[in-house]
Amino acid sequence: MSLLDITNLSLSINGTPILRDVSLSVNTGEIVAVTGESGSGKSLTALATMGLLPKGSQTTGTITLEGQNLLTTSEADLCNIRGNKIGMVFQEPMTALNPVQTIGAQVAETILIHGSMRKSDAMARAADVLTRVGLPQEQFPLSRYPHELSGGQRQRVVIAMAIALRPKLLIADEPTTALDVTTQAQILDLLKDLAHDFDMGLLMITHDLAVVSDMADKIVVMRLGEVLEQGKTRTLLTNMQHDYTKMLFAASGHQVNLPDLPASDVLLRVKNVVRDYTTPRKAVFGSKGVFRALNKVSFDIKRGERLGLVGESGCGKSTLTRAILGLEDVQDGDITLDGAPVFTGRKPNLAVRRKMQVVFQDPFGSFNPRHKVARLITEPFHLLETPPSHEERQRLINQTLTAVGLDPSDANKYIHQFSGGQRQRIAIARALIIQPDLIVFDEAVSALDVSVRAQILDLLADLSAKYNLTYLFISHDLSVVRTITDRVLVMQRGEIVEQGETEQVFTAPNHPYTQELIAAAPVLPDLQHMKG
Amino acid sequence: MIRYTLKRFLSLCISLAVASLLIFFVIEIAPGDPASFMLGINAQPDTVAALRAELGLDIPKLERYLAWTQGMLTGDFGMSYTYRTPVSQMVADRLWVSLPLALFALALSTLIALPAGIYAAARRGQTGDVAVMSATQLGVAIPNFWFAMMLVLIFAIKLRWFAGGGFAGWDKGLGAVMWSLTLPAISLALPQAAILARVMRSALLDVMNEDFMRTARAKGLTTTQTLWKHGLRNALIPVLTIIGLQFSFLLAGGIIIEQVFYLPGLGRLVFQAISARDLIVVESVVMLLVFAVIVVNFAVDLAYAAVDPRLRART
Repeated sequence: MSLLDITNLSLSINGTPILRDVSLSVNTGEIVAVTGESGSGKSLTALATMGLLPKGSQTTGTITLEGQNLLTTSEADLCNIRGNKIGMVFQEPMTALNPVQTIGAQVAETILIHGSMRKSDAMARAADVLTRVGLPQEQFPLSRYPHELSGGQRQRVVIAMAIALRPKLLIADEPTTALDVTTQAQILDLLKDLAHDFDMGLLMITHDLAVVSDMADKIVVMRLGEVLEQGKTRTLLTNMQHDYTKMLFAASGHQVNLPDLPASDVLLRVKNVVRDYTTPRKAVFGSKGVFRALNKVSFDIKRGERLGLVGESGCGKSTLTRAILGLEDVQDGDITLDGAPVFTGRKPNLAVRRKMQVVFQDPFGSFNPRHKVARLITEPFHLLETPPSHEERQRLINQTLTAVGLDPSDANKYIHQFSGGQRQRIAIARALIIQPDLIVFDEAVSALDVSVRAQILDLLADLSAKYNLTYLFISHDLSVVRTITDRVLVMQRGEIVEQGETEQVFTAPNHPYTQELIAAAPVLPDLQHMKG
Repeated sequence: MIRYTLKRFLSLCISLAVASLLIFFVIEIAPGDPASFMLGINAQPDTVAALRAELGLDIPKLERYLAWTQGMLTGDFGMSYTYRTPVSQMVADRLWVSLPLALFALALSTLIALPAGIYAAARRGQTGDVAVMSATQLGVAIPNFWFAMMLVLIFAIKLRWFAGGGFAGWDKGLGAVMWSLTLPAISLALPQAAILARVMRSALLDVMNEDFMRTARAKGLTTTQTLWKHGLRNALIPVLTIIGLQFSFLLAGGIIIEQVFYLPGLGRLVFQAISARDLIVVESVVMLLVFAVIVVNFAVDLAYAAVDPRLRART
C-alpha cells in the first residue's frame, strides 16, 4: 500500500467534467511530479486530495491516505488531517500569507489547532521550524510581518506552516513558479531535503519539465483532466510513449532559427543612465533615502539586432524599460533613438515614441475588454501625425493579423473570445502595425504554456526574417532568451554586469552573477546522454 | 507607528486651520454686511451700527479671525445674538444630547450590522444571505423620518413603552436619558446599519477569495475558524471607513430625527440659528462639527494602522 493512492478519480464541477479516471500514487519519501499545461487538471487533483474542491464539485473513485478514503471522510475529520498529515504549499507566496498576522503566529497556528500545546511552546516550535526552512531567528524573528519579507522568504514561511507538524504527505502546487531562478533553486533544494529528512511523500505540481526531471522520482503527465502517461523519471523521459509528452518535452527546449544579424548602424543608444527613487524616511526626523534603480547603464542596440535582458526581480529591468519607452525621465545620462532623445525637457518626445512599441506579459490584463480587435490593434495610429485612410487602415489590419498567424475576420471579435496565446499574437499585431523601429518584449512569453510559447517564439523568428525586427527581449527565463536573441545583457542591482553575444555569455559566463544565474536555472536533461 | 501618528496629527492640524479659514472668510466674503443680514432688511441704521460694533466688524479682518480662533481654542465661542447667552454654553447643552444620541445610534448600528454582514457572507447565496440582503435593501430605502414616526405610533402611542418625544435631562440619571434616546437612536441607526451590513458582507466576501484564506484551510482550520481568525480583521478597513463617516453624519445629520422626537440637539440648534440668522452661533457650531469630523477621521486613521501592520510601516 502506498502512502497516497488516487484511483480512478473523476471530478465534475457543476456538471462540467474536469478530471477523468485519474490514478496515481505517492510512496513515503518519494517525490512525484504531476506535470501538464494549463487546464490539465493537475491543481484540482491536488485540491481534491486536500478535500478543498470548489462548491458544486462531484467526485467518483477513491483517494486513500494510508488506507483511509479521503473522499468519504467527514469535513471535521478532514480538518484534522489537513495540516497534520497532509501539508500544502501554494504558488503565490506574495498572497498566501495573512498580511495582518506575524509569521510566528501563522506558523504556530498550524501547531496550535492540531495539538493541545501552550501558546509559548507552539511559538518555540514555530521558531524551530522557521529556522529549519532557512529563516533563522536572529534575522527573521517571529514578530515579522509577511510584507517585510521577499517572495522567496515568504515561500519559506508557507513551507514552514505546511511542515510544522511533519506531515506524511506534502503537496506543492507550482511552489516556485512566481520566484526568481536562484530563489527557485533554493526552494526546490529545501523541498527535496525536507522530503528526505522527514521521510515525507512529496506530490509536486509543476508545468516546468526541467524542474520535474531534476528532482522527481516519478513523473505523471496530464492533459485535459486525464493522465496520459506516468513512470519513473528516467524511464519515462528516455522512453516517452505518448505524442503529447514528446511534444511537451520538445516545446520546453524549443529552439528557433533566427535570421542572420545584418551589419548595420546603432538604433538605440543608452548611455550612462541613472535613475534614482526616493525612499521613505527611516527615522521620524531622518532624511529621505535614495534608491538607485539604474546605475550608469550603457548599451547599444543596432538596427535589426535582437537583444536580450535578463536579471532577477528588482534588478531594474522594468525601470530601464520605462526609461527607454520615455514613460519617465531619468536623473542622468542619455537615451537616444536614431540620434533623437526619447525624453526632451520635461516631456516625452512623441516623434521618437511612435517609433517604439511594447508587448507586455499579461495577455489577459493588457487589453480593453470592451473594444474589438480592429480597434485594439490600431491604437498606435493615434501616435501618427497623419493616421492612415480608412482603406489603408483596413489593409494594414488584414495584413498584420495575417502576419501574426490570425485571420483577418478576427478583427471583429472581442478579446475574451481568444486564448492566451492568441491574445499574445494580438498584442504583437498591435506593436507591429505601425512598423516601429524598436519593439520591447517585456516578459512577453512568461505567462504562456510551453507549447504556445514555442509557437510565439517561432512567430517572432518569422517576423524577424520578414520585417527585419529590432527588439529588446526582457525575460527571467534564460532558456528563452538564449534561443531568441543575438546578444544579451545581464543586470544585477541596477547595473549591467555582463554583456556579449548570447551563446558566448551562456557557454562561458565571465561574471560570477551570470555564472550563478546559469547554474541555478533548471535545464532539460540530455536524453541521448540519459539513454547512453 | 510614531511617524504615522505624527503625520496624521499634522494633517489634522492643517485641515482644522484650513477649515477655520474657510468658514470665517466665506461669511466675510459673502456679499452684504453680516450685521444687516442678521437684522433683516427693515432694520434701523443705528441698530445695524450697534451690532457692527458688537460683532467687531470695524476691526481688521485678520485680527478678528485671530481673535475668533483664539476664542475657539480657549472655549470662548462668543455671545449668541438672538439668545444673548454664551454660544459655548448653548453648544455644550446641545452636545450632551447629540453626542450620546450619536454614540448610541452608532453602537446600535455596528452591533446590528457586523453580525448581519458576517452571517450573510458566511451563507453567500443561501436563504439567510438573501433574507439579510433584502432587509438591508429595505433599510436603505425607507426614509428614517417615516420610520421614526412609525416607531412613535407603535411604541409610544399604542404600546406606551417609551415617551413620544422630548429629552429626559441628565438630572434624571443615565437610565432615563437612554430611555428617552432609544427610539431616536433606533431610527437613526437602522438605515446606517443597513449600509454597514452591506459593506461588511462585501468586504468579507472579497477577503474570502484571497489566497491566504485557502492557506488557512490547508492548515486544517474549519471554514468558520478561517472566517473569524483570518477573514474578519482583513475585512475591517472598509468597515472602519464607513463607521467613521457615519459617526460624523449622526452627530450633525440627526436634524430631522431631532425634530420628530423634539430633542434639543445640535441639529436643531443649527436649524434655529440659521432661521434666526444668528451667524455667530452658525459659525461656531459649523466649526465644532468640522472639528468633530476631522478628529473622527484621525481616530479612524489610527484604527487602520492598528488593524493593518502594512500601514504602520508606510509613511
